[in-house]
Parts: sequence; structure tokens; C-alpha cells
Amino acid sequence: MARIAYQKLEDHSPLFWGLLALHGAIVLAGLGAAYVMEHRGHIVTGMDNQIVWGMPHVFAVFLIVAASGALNVASVSSVFNRPEYKPYARLSGLLAIALLVGGLAVLVLDLGRPDRLIVAMTTYNFKSIFAWNIYLYIGFLAVVAAYLFAMMDRRASRSSLLGKTVGGLAFVWRLILTTGTGSIFGWLVARETYDAAIMAPLFIAASLLYGSAFTVLVLATLGRLMRHDLMTDEIAGKLRGLLAIFALAVLYFTAVHHLTNLYASGHQGVERFLLLEGGIYTAVFWVGQILVGSVLPLAALAARRFGRSRAAITIASALFLIGGLAQMYVIIIGGQAYPLNLFPGMEVTSSFQDGQVARYNTSLPEILLGLSGLSIAMLVAGIALKLLPFLPRPARDQGAIPTAAA
Amino acid sequence: MSCGSKSGASCGSGGACGCATGRGDVIDDARRAFLRGATATAVTTLAAGVTLYSFGAEPAAARGPDEKVTSKVRWGLLIDASKCGDGCSACVTACQTENGWRDTGHPETDAQWIRKLTVNNPKNGATFSLPMMCQHCADPPCVDVCPTGASFKRADGIVLVDKHTCIGCRYCMMACPYKARSFIHEPLEDQKPHAPRGKGTVESCTMCVHRVDEGRIPACVEACNDTAGGAMLFGDLNDPLSEIAKRVAAFRTTRIRADLGCNPGVYYRNI
Repeated sequence: MARIAYQKLEDHSPLFWGLLALHGAIVLAGLGAAYVMEHRGHIVTGMDNQIVWGMPHVFAVFLIVAASGALNVASVSSVFNRPEYKPYARLSGLLAIALLVGGLAVLVLDLGRPDRLIVAMTTYNFKSIFAWNIYLYIGFLAVVAAYLFAMMDRRASRSSLLGKTVGGLAFVWRLILTTGTGSIFGWLVARETYDAAIMAPLFIAASLLYGSAFTVLVLATLGRLMRHDLMTDEIAGKLRGLLAIFALAVLYFTAVHHLTNLYASGHQGVERFLLLEGGIYTAVFWVGQILVGSVLPLAALAARRFGRSRAAITIASALFLIGGLAQMYVIIIGGQAYPLNLFPGMEVTSSFQDGQVARYNTSLPEILLGLSGLSIAMLVAGIALKLLPFLPRPARDQGAIPTAAA
Repeated sequence: MSCGSKSGASCGSGGACGCATGRGDVIDDARRAFLRGATATAVTTLAAGVTLYSFGAEPAAARGPDEKVTSKVRWGLLIDASKCGDGCSACVTACQTENGWRDTGHPETDAQWIRKLTVNNPKNGATFSLPMMCQHCADPPCVDVCPTGASFKRADGIVLVDKHTCIGCRYCMMACPYKARSFIHEPLEDQKPHAPRGKGTVESCTMCVHRVDEGRIPACVEACNDTAGGAMLFGDLNDPLSEIAKRVAAFRTTRIRADLGCNPGVYYRNI
């Protein structure tokens, strides 16, 4: 295959600086929110002793899941030996790191004691899947960084064996990582919404979808910044197909999860809550995740002529991400809103909201902190794109420009 | 004791009732057996009384400062719901006073180490009331999931939170089947020295570990016995001579959500 030419982001358009300023402002606002939460306590948030994980966790888990999926393009290129994905492999690795950093930042800043991060990094309970995830996240950053080095270093990139080996390791690592993230919920035996091994493959399918959608949106945004399309027709077509397959996989696992619960009479209450009577959670599930986040984008991609356009892929990707946030909202917050079943078949009341559906009103600090995770990811990616050649030169320029690496 | 029969043949085997049978050796045996039985009955009765005395109102043996906590002991509670008044909150008030948590006007975010549940059977209207707190499980999910090991179980079965290593991730609250844990959402004042608390960390019932280590009983049990229906009994589940172990062995008891396999240390009767 011909050597691929790469470039840094050398755009200085108002759009670039505008985006940079916007993300910078959101990050500052998120840090301010974290300071207020740390100083005054979580009383300033909508979270309480019933909904213990709120909007920051929706964003954090969404970004962490997406991070693993953002590595798709690189994995397909090296592990499955598909050279047409190769020009985008560097960007894929960079996005994986950036999204994970953004998600982890939110998770850490939401801790009751974020100042004890060093405790979390040095004191482990190895029976905890959460502790395992800390290793998986840090390891993922290291493995993907090594993968980027193998792709970008002039000498290292000459060894296809090294690239394949590190790429293979990153591929396996990301599968384990997302299994671990899904298991954070899947291993909670006390809560009926979770407590299901299918959470792991569901999260893997979701990661493939969110990560691919992020990749498409970043490529589309960079194309606008650089005033030329970074996606070839071939790669656009392949990403379109991947998005559709991943979205169908998420729908499949979601359907199996709910159908399994519906079959088990002990879980029919929580299913009735989520699918029929859950108010905001039912609405977010059917309208947010299923209609806006799955059916509409799938229809857009399937449309005979429009479906092959850049606009269709871009719009579908944005809708898939909205659907992803909706999915995380229903899983994380809806799953806690349904009361714990202390006495099956009985009605329970107490001063601690036992037996009641918990109310959750998200607060501005939570939204700002969650959004700041996304902005941290975009800032990390934007700055890295300015500093190092992650981007492929446009297809029409390939071969005409001295190569940076193979 | 009289059997009302002149013939030893009508007595129970061995002539344990002590009726005359004309066989001196048999009479002696019967007397011995009677004395043995009476002594055993007296010892058993007294032992139970002494045990109840120890755990119900007066201190059990205090643990020395250098004495290690041992797994030979498993502290637990037995709560008789038939003696627990609906509307009585003596145990809750005692816990608040003892450990320094209170109602601050934010019911969703206030800590509740112990709370009263009212349980109603919608089919027949049968209702009962009971206190709910950390169930001090032998296999506690909160301990399993805690990433730093801040949630831990002492050798004697008391489940605690190490305030120095809790990072406030709240995963233990997600994992607890009993909603027994609270997160501290606001800055705190006027803490009790024996029950340190901290904003941004998680806490729950400590089974009044500071009192237990001094050989005293938990504040909720003391209050229930002194001022309410005497529904709560504290003791060593591993000691077959303890009142709690004997009652758990003698009566049908229930542990809430026992199906989850967490092996709680809190037993309930009449629910």
C-alpha cells in the first residue's frame, strides 16, 4: 500500500478558535461546579441518598464507554488488517485517550473526597470491580499511548509486527475494559434494573456505536475546519455500515435485557416502571433512546439516496450520541429511581423514601460538570491535533506530499 | 411429685417419677436421675438469665485496648416485630443522640443510620413495624464493591467504614440491598468523638462499636429495652449459650432478603 501522508491541524479560522474558547469556557465552568460541590457538599446537586449517582455519572460512563469504542477504526485497521481504515487509525487512538480522560475527570471530580484521589490510586480492594476498572482505565491509556507510538514513531512504525501486536493488545484491552464498565452495574445484585450479565455485552455494543459516532462527528468537524473532506467516499460508506450494525446490536441487547426481565415475574415491576409508568424515564427511553437515538438515525442511514450522503452520516451520528446519553440516563438514574424491594409483595413506607419512586431534579453544577468532561475530551484532542500529525492529508493530496510516517 | 399409682409398672421407664417400686437400687437410680435433671434445668435456667442479664442491660466482657477482635464472636441482633410499636422511634432517637446525626430539614439528603419501616400486606391489610439499619452481613456487598477497602467487616461481624480511606464514590450505596448507607451531603458540626463523620464520605450503623468494645450494648437496644417494648436483643450469635443464639435456634426467625445470600447478622421475628 502507498505510504500515507499525515498532517497537523494548522487551521486558525474563527471557527477553530471559537470551538476552543467554547470548550475552554465549559471546562472552567465545570471546574467551578466541582469546586462548589466540594466546598458546600453534594447538597448543591440533585443527587441524594436515593439517587446516589446522577448526571455527572451519566456523562462520565457515556464518555468512558465511547472511549473504548473510539478505538474501533484503529482496531479494524491493524487487527482485522483493513488498510482503508489505516489513515484514520491515529485519530482513532487519540480520540480514545481524549474521551477516557474526559470521562475519568468527571468521575474523579464528582467524588465526595476528590482530594483523596491518591488513596484511590494506591489502596485497592481487588474484589471490587471498581478497583479493577481503575487498573483497566490506566492500562488502556498506557496501551493506546504505546499503540500511537507504534504507529507514529518513524522507526517503530516500520515494524508491522509491533503495530499488530500492540494493536491486538489494545483491542483485547478495550473489550475487557468495557466488560468491566458494564459489570459495575451488572454485578449489583441488590438492584433489579441491573444484576444481569448482559450488561457487559450491552455496554460493548454501546461502546462500538458511541465511539464510531464520535469518530464521524470529529472527522466532519475537522473537515469543516480544514475546508476539505477528510472522509473518502469509501470510508464514509464503511462507517455508515458500521454505525447501522452497531445500532442494531445495541437494540438487540436492550431488547433481550428487557424481555428477560419481563419473563421473570420478580422483575416485572421494574420493567413496568421503566417501559410504561416511569414518567421521565419511560419518556427518555422510548423517545430519547429508541426513537431519536435509534430509529430516526437508522432510517436516515437506510434512506436510498440521502443515506449515502455525508449529511446523513453526520446527523445519524449526532442522534446516536443523543440516544447514548438517553440510554445511560435510563440505566443509571432510572435504575436507582425504582425502589429497592425489601419485602417482595408488600408495601413499605418510612422516613427514608422506602417503597417510593425516587425523585431526581438535576442541578446546574451537575450538568456543567458532566458537559465539562466532553469539553475536556475535545480540548485534549484539539490541542494534540495541533501539536502532532494525527490527521490524514486529503485523499487528493496523498502521494503528492512527503510522508510523515507509513 | 406423685404418680398416683401403687405399682411401679405404671411409671415411666426407669421410674424417674420416684414412686416406690420395692427395688432400692431402682429408687436410688431414679433419685439420681431426678437430681441430675433438676440440676441441669436449674443451670440452664440460670445460665439463660445470666446471659440475658449480660446482654440485655449490663455490660458483656469489655475488650481490652490491646486485645484483638476475634471471629469467635459474631455480634448480631434479634428484633421481635410483635413488640415493636408502630410510631415508636425510641431506637432512632437513641441512635441520633449516641452518634450525633440528626434531621436537618433535608429528608432526601439527611443521614439515617436507623429508620422505622411500616410494612403492609396489600392483600389483607396486615401491618407490622420494624427498625431497619445496616444488617451487618457476613458477606456484605458494600465491602465487596468498595474500591479502596474503606468498607470493611471486622472479625466479629461488625461492618464499618474507614473514614480515612473512603473517597465518597457511593458504590457501596448502590450495592447495599437495605439502603442502609447514607452519604454526607453537607458540612457537619458538633460531632461525637466516638463517631467521627465527614462531609463527602459514606456512613451507616456501626452497631455502636465503641460501646460494644467497652462491653456495653448498642444504644438502640438499650433504649428499646429501657423505654419501649423490649423488641431488640443484642448478643453473640456464635455463642450457643447466649440468649440471642438460643432464641434464634428456638424460634422461627427471618432475615430480610436472605435470598440474596448476604448472610445478615440481624434477625427478625414475627414478620
